[in-house]
Amino acid sequence: MCYIYSESFVAETNPVDAPSDNKADHVHDTMQNLDSRPAPYVKDQTQEAAEEERQWEATEVKEADHVPDTMQTPDVPPPTPAKDQFQEELVIRPLHSGDIYASFQFRTMWDTDFLRGSKVSHYRLFPKSLGQVISKFSVRELHISFTQGYWRTMQWGQPFLPSPPGAELWVWFQDTVTDVDGAWKELTNVLSGIFCASLNFIDSTNTVQPSASFKPLGLGNVTDQRFLRYAVLPREIVCTENLTPWKKLLPCGSKAGLAVLMKSEKLFHSSFHSQALHFRPVCQDWKCKSTVWELRQTLNVVFDLHTSGQGKREWSLFKMFSRTLTEACPLASSSKVYVDVTDNPQGELFELSPTTPLLSQAVVLGDRRTYSVYDLTNQATFGQTRSLNMLLRWRAAESGDMLRPLLHGERYVAGYGLQTGEIHTLMYNNHPYRAFPVLLLDTVPWYLRLYIHTLTVTSKGRDNKPSYIHYQPSKDRLRPHLLEMLVQLPPNSVTEVTMQFERALLKWTEYTPDPNHGFYVGSSVISALVPSVVAMDTNSTRECPLFSSFFPCKEESSYFMRVYTEPLLVNLPTPDFSMPYNVICLTCTVVAVGYGSLYNLLTRTFQVEEPSPGLAKRLANIIRRLRGVPLL
Amino acid sequence: MGLLSDPNRRRALTKLLTRLNAPICGMPVDWLVKTMQSRGLEVFTQSFTRKLPFPDENKERYMVRGTNVYGILRAPRAPRTEALVLSAPCSEGNNNNQAVGLLLGLAQYFRSQIHWAKDIIFLVNEHDLIGMQAWLEGYHHTNTTGGDWSPLQGRGGSIQAALSLELSSDVITSLDLVLEGLNGQLPNLDLANLFYAFCQKIGVLCTIQGKLQRNDWDTTSGYSHAAQTMMLMVLKQASGRPWGDHGLFLRYHIEAASIRGINSFRQYKTDTTTIGRLLEGMYRKLNNLLERLHQSYFFYLMPSLSRFVSIGYYMPAFGLLAVILLLRALDLWVQLGASPPGTEDGPSSPGVLSILTPVVISHMTGVALYTLPILSQEMAVQHFPVSETEAVVLTAIAIYTAGLALPHNTHRLLQGEGTEEGWRVLKLVALLYLAVLLGCTALINFSLGFILALSLVPIAAFITPHTPKALSAAIMVLLSPGCTLLYCVFVFQELQETPVSLQDGWMLFLSVISQGILDHALYGSLVYPLLALLIYPCWLLLWNILFWK
Repeated sequence: MCYIYSESFVAETNPVDAPSDNKADHVHDTMQNLDSRPAPYVKDQTQEAAEEERQWEATEVKEADHVPDTMQTPDVPPPTPAKDQFQEELVIRPLHSGDIYASFQFRTMWDTDFLRGSKVSHYRLFPKSLGQVISKFSVRELHISFTQGYWRTMQWGQPFLPSPPGAELWVWFQDTVTDVDGAWKELTNVLSGIFCASLNFIDSTNTVQPSASFKPLGLGNVTDQRFLRYAVLPREIVCTENLTPWKKLLPCGSKAGLAVLMKSEKLFHSSFHSQALHFRPVCQDWKCKSTVWELRQTLNVVFDLHTSGQGKREWSLFKMFSRTLTEACPLASSSKVYVDVTDNPQGELFELSPTTPLLSQAVVLGDRRTYSVYDLTNQATFGQTRSLNMLLRWRAAESGDMLRPLLHGERYVAGYGLQTGEIHTLMYNNHPYRAFPVLLLDTVPWYLRLYIHTLTVTSKGRDNKPSYIHYQPSKDRLRPHLLEMLVQLPPNSVTEVTMQFERALLKWTEYTPDPNHGFYVGSSVISALVPSVVAMDTNSTRECPLFSSFFPCKEESSYFMRVYTEPLLVNLPTPDFSMPYNVICLTCTVVAVGYGSLYNLLTRTFQVEEPSPGLAKRLANIIRRLRGVPLL
Repeated sequence: MGLLSDPNRRRALTKLLTRLNAPICGMPVDWLVKTMQSRGLEVFTQSFTRKLPFPDENKERYMVRGTNVYGILRAPRAPRTEALVLSAPCSEGNNNNQAVGLLLGLAQYFRSQIHWAKDIIFLVNEHDLIGMQAWLEGYHHTNTTGGDWSPLQGRGGSIQAALSLELSSDVITSLDLVLEGLNGQLPNLDLANLFYAFCQKIGVLCTIQGKLQRNDWDTTSGYSHAAQTMMLMVLKQASGRPWGDHGLFLRYHIEAASIRGINSFRQYKTDTTTIGRLLEGMYRKLNNLLERLHQSYFFYLMPSLSRFVSIGYYMPAFGLLAVILLLRALDLWVQLGASPPGTEDGPSSPGVLSILTPVVISHMTGVALYTLPILSQEMAVQHFPVSETEAVVLTAIAIYTAGLALPHNTHRLLQGEGTEEGWRVLKLVALLYLAVLLGCTALINFSLGFILALSLVPIAAFITPHTPKALSAAIMVLLSPGCTLLYCVFVFQELQETPVSLQDGWMLFLSVISQGILDHALYGSLVYPLLALLIYPCWLLLWNILFWK
C-alpha cells in the first residue's frame, strides 16, 4: 500500500461548518453529521489565550462518537471531498475502582461500491484484505470481537462497546446472497485466516439466527433474519497473534498515531482486553442521499490498579502503554485523546496534567459526560518536549460512589451431580422507578438438553410472563437451542430466568482433548432500551431553564444497551479416558511381545547363510563360469 | 515466592493479627467487609439462619444466626468460569483468628499478582459447617436440608478446588491434612499429594490423622503405626460426617481438604509466613490446572501421607466377606428346593404372610427409630427430667432396645406355628437383603460397609433357631449395629491416644448418636437413616430367626 501523505493531508481539510449547527435536536443525525465535520486543523493558537476561556461545546453523541470541536481554521479553501477518510481517537476514563479504562477507536470511511460488478481494486485507506472478503461474500454488515476477560459492570460501569468473553461474530449478508449458509461457512474460514483465530470452529452447531436481538446497526431496511448469522466462541483465547493482524488493518499500522501505544506486553498485562471490528453502511451526509462504508476498529483495555498500577492511584500514558504520543497518524483527518473529567469538574478528585483548554460534552450511554480533549493534529498539544504523556494523579484516596449501572446480568449453573442442572439468568433493573423491556437471547449447545417446560421467569417473587418468546429447539449434532424472550423488568428488581437441562452423554470422539475441563456455554445477551440517567435526574438545583424541565426530554429518555452475561462452564459425564488408554497400551504390549514373537517363529523360515566367498574365490568362479566348468 | 519477604507486608500482617487477637464479639462482619474491600476484592455477604432439630450440646447451639463474608479476587482477563476457594471458619471467641489473618494477608498478596487464571474466593464462614452449608447451597442454588439463607450476589463460575484453613493455636508446629468428607467421600488423591509435596519442599512437618509418618516400614512397630493411622481413617470415613469444613464441598464434585495447624511437636515450630508460602504454592499449582483433578484415585485409604491403599487392594477383602452371605444363601436355596419332595404335602410351603410380617414389622421399627426420637422430644422433656438432646438420644436407645422384644410379638400376629421352611425362607431373604445392602454401602462408603460386614456377616452366616438360645442371643446383641458403634467409639479413642474410662466412653457414645442425627438433619449425612431404616431392620430379621418358634 502506498501513502500519499501530502495529498491526503490537504484532502482531509473539509469545508468549514458553522458551530451553531450543533444543536441538541438531531441525535439521530450524528452519523450523518460526521462527514461534514470541520477539520481540527489549528494554526498557531496560543496556549494562554486558550486557557483563559475554556471552550465548551454541547454535542449529542452516541457511543462515544467523535466530537467536533469549535476551533476552526478561518480560511481554508474548500477542497474536493475525499472518497475515503480516517479518524482515530482514544478515550481514557478513570474508573471508580481506581482502575483505568482506555478505549481506542479508529474509523475508516469509504465511498465506494463493493458490490457492483466492477471489482474494487484501488485501495488507499481501507484494508484490502478485508475489502476483498466483503465484496466476495456480499457482506452488508460485519461485527467481530475478540475479548479476553469479562467486563465487570458493577465496578466499571458500562463499556462503550460491549462484547462477550471469547470471540463473537455476527454478519448480515446482502439480500442477493442465495446460499447464506455456504457463504457464512466460507466467510468464517477466511476471517479465521485474517485474524489468526479459531473462527473456523464456527459451524452449524453454534450458529444461530436471532429473530430480534441483533438488528442491523447500519443503513438499510432488510431485517429478514435469514440473512443474519450469529456465533460465539466462548473458549477463544485472545493474544498477540490476534492483535498483530488487527493492527495491520490500520492505515498507519502501529507506526504512527495512537496505534503506537499498542504494545502487546502492556495491553495484555491488564484486567480486560477486547478488540473488535465493525463494518457497516452509513449515511454520507445528513440528507442521506448516498451511503458510505464505515469500518470501525476498536480496542478496549482496562488496567488494574493493583497489578499494573502497583496500588498507586496514579496513571500516565507511559505507565499504561510504556509509550508516549509524539504525533498523529499523518493519514488521519482527526486524531484526538479524550479524558473523562465528569466527576472532576474542579479538579478535586484527580489532577490532570498537562491541562488542555478544550472541553467537550457528550451524552454517552445515557449519561452526560465531560471530556478534556487533546488534539494531536495540533502541534501545541505536544508542548516543548515534543511528546504527550498525560498524567492523572488522584488527590483523594477514595473516589466517590459510582452510580449503579441500571442494567446488568449474571448467569450461573445451579445444582449438583452430572445428570441434570439448572441455568439461572439474573437480570437486575436498578432504576428506582422505571420499568423497561429487555430482549434476552440464550444460545445453549445441543449437549445440554433444555427442558423448556421448566422455563420460569420471576421477578419480585411473582411470575413474569414474557410478551414474546422465540424458541428453536436443538437438533443433536446439528444446531443449538435458541431462546429469545422479551421480558419487562419491573423497577428496582431482579428478574430470574431458570431452565432445567439434562447433560447428554457424548460419543467418545466428540469429547474435547480436555474433557474434564468442562464444556462452555456462550454468554447470553441482554439487549435493552434503558431509560437514561440524564432523564432520571430530578435534581432541581441544577442550573437549567424552567421551561425545559417540565416534560422529560424525549431524545435523552432512553438509549440502547447490550449486556453480556458470563459464559458457563459445565461438566458433562466423562468416561475415564485414561483407562482405555491403559488397556490399549497393555494389549499392544502383549500383542507386540507375545503374539509377534510367536508369529515370527511360526512363519519365518530359517536358512543357514553361507559366508560370502572371498575375492579370490569369486574371481575364480567367474573364470570357471566362462570356461563352463562347475563352480567351486 | 516472595510472600512476606518485604518488611512492609510482614508488618501489615502482624498488625492484622494483633487486631484479630483483640477480643471480638461474634464475627466482625463490617470490619471484614471493609478490610477485604480495601485489599481490592469484590466483597459480598450472605446471612443465614438455622434452627437445629434439637440443641447441639457439644457446640452449644440451637438457633443459629450468622453471616458469611466472602471476597472474590477476579483473575485478570478471565471470563469468570472457574474459581478456587480458600476458606477459614470464624466464630465467637478467637479460635481461628490466625487463619483469618493469614487469609486476609494472602488475599492482599494474591491481589497484586498477575498470573491468576481462576477467580479466587476468600471465604470467612461463621458457625463452621452450618455457615459453609449455607454458602455452598447458596452458591449452587440448591436446598437439600431446608436451611434458610439469603441468595448470593457474586459468583466466580464453577469451583475447581477448595482448601479450608484452621489454625487453632498461636504456635503451629505441624500441619494436619483432613480428607474425610460427608458420607465418607474423599477428594482426589492428587490434592493430598500436592499438599505433601509442598510440605516436603518447604520443610513443614505434615501429618495425617495427627500422626507423623515413620520411615521404618518393615519393622513391627512401624507397621502397626501405619495400621493405626489407617484404622483411624477407616473409622472417620465410616462415621460419614464431614471432619472439616471441606467435607461439604465434595458433594458438588469440588476437590477439597482442610488444613489444620496443630501444636503437638514442641521442637518444631512453623511461623505464619511458612504456612502462607505453602498455601501460595498450592494455589498457584491449582491455578495452573487446565482440567479438574481427575488423574488420580478417588477411593483410597492412607496409612501415611505418602502412601495409599488403592481400591484394588481393599475391595477384595470386602468381597470375600460378602461372598459368605451369597454362599449361605445359595446353600439355603438348594436346601429349600430339595426338601419339599421329601415331605409330600406335609406342612405346606410357608405363606407369603409369615415371611412378610416379620419383614414389615422390622421395618416399622426402623421407621420408628428414624422418626420418633426427634418427634417425641417435647413429650419426653415434659415427662422426664432430661434435656432435649438427652431425650432424643435416650428415645433412640429405648426404641432400639424395644426392638429386641419383637419376635415374641410378631408371632401373635401369625396364625399357627412357624415352620422349619419358614425360617429358611426368612433367612434367605435376610441374607440376600444384607448382601445387597452391604455391597451398595461399600461402594459408596467402603469403611462403613466393611465395619458393618465385619460385625453382621458372622451372625448372618451362622444364626439358626436351633443354636443355643442364650449364647446366640448374647452374641447377637454384642454384634448388633448399636454395640458396634460403641466399640468404634472406644477403639477410636484408643487409636487417638486419648483412652477414656467406661463412664466417659458411654457419654461419648451418647453424644456420637446425637451428632449422627444432627449431621443427617443439617448436612444430609446418610449414615443415620441407613442404620435406622435398613441395617437395623435387617439385623432384627436375623433376631427373629433366632427366636423362631
